[in-house]
Amino acid sequence: MRIGVVTFPGSNSDVDSLNALTVAGVEAVTLWHESPDLSGVSAVILPGGFAYGDYIRAGVIARFSPVMRGVREFAAAGGLVLGICNGFQVLAESGLVPGALLRNRSLRFAGRLVYVKPERLDSPFTRAASGAPLRVPVAHGEGCYYADETTLDELEHDGQVLFRYVREDGTVALDPDDPANPNGSLRGIAGVCNAAGNVAGLMPHPERMSEGILGDDGGMQLIRSLVDSAAEWEAAGRPAPKAATKVEAAR
Amino acid sequence: MSEFRYAVNVLPKPGILDPQGRAVELSLPHLNVTNVSKVRVGRRVELTVTAEEEPQARLVVDGLAKELLSNPLIEVYSIQLLEGTSSVVSAQVPAK
Repeated sequence: MRIGVVTFPGSNSDVDSLNALTVAGVEAVTLWHESPDLSGVSAVILPGGFAYGDYIRAGVIARFSPVMRGVREFAAAGGLVLGICNGFQVLAESGLVPGALLRNRSLRFAGRLVYVKPERLDSPFTRAASGAPLRVPVAHGEGCYYADETTLDELEHDGQVLFRYVREDGTVALDPDDPANPNGSLRGIAGVCNAAGNVAGLMPHPERMSEGILGDDGGMQLIRSLVDSAAEWEAAGRPAPKAATKVEAAR
Repeated sequence: MSEFRYAVNVLPKPGILDPQGRAVELSLPHLNVTNVSKVRVGRRVELTVTAEEEPQARLVVDGLAKELLSNPLIEVYSIQLLEGTSSVVSAQVPAK
């Protein structure tokens, strides 16, 4: 089984992601942005960085790259796609996950360790997580999660909020001005998934905390979740997603 | 075929947090300006479209504004037909 990591011009966490997958014991391959061919991979990571320089808005130019045609089809067929940091921004701009990532409320680049907690442990992206707060780095200037109040209510109701920023003791940093909320995200949201549950994005970097030598291996819980879910999807004969995504229909 | 030059002005939607606008507002007291409020910071993109007629050109700009230049979830845009080229426009700015 192979898992692909997209390299856009300006990606910088692609190698970290490839490494984390390798540590997880899976064959990791680079998917070049100019080709829509996903080489038969069983899951895709859109990595962190500054795809196409983040010009206009972070992620928007990447949305129109050839590889995203392949990713869009792969997601529609039920394949697992995880967007990390800039990858989350690309997914949001593509309408593959709901919401948008605004400039950090502080206007400052947030580069530090934060705590995030999986909201649910029955998703393909969190199934191997312990449920305890994960200490992971953020590194972004545009990570302030935004959706209108109605959408936020729906996301919470439908279980599409996958991660929230929490304090070290695990209490959620719901207030945008909470110091444990690094960018002012509404309702402390650090990661969401689409309605079908097979496409997810999060701002923090689990792949940069995926082995002891990096300081902590808590992030491996999320990488492991992706690997296990991809293996299961392959073993089941690549089943179609449960439901069409509302978000895709909306754009 | 003619060339039509446009400006697309993109602004954060009303009600969406605009930290840049807020930062500009917070700087105003340092300039002893007290009668300016509701600052919003956006982006302006100028471009030239080659087309037979202006309505066709505007359709292209409108499509780009929706798909690429703005994100309808968080931003609004307006399109303005410019006279001549951008160099003419910038020449109108008085030299310091």
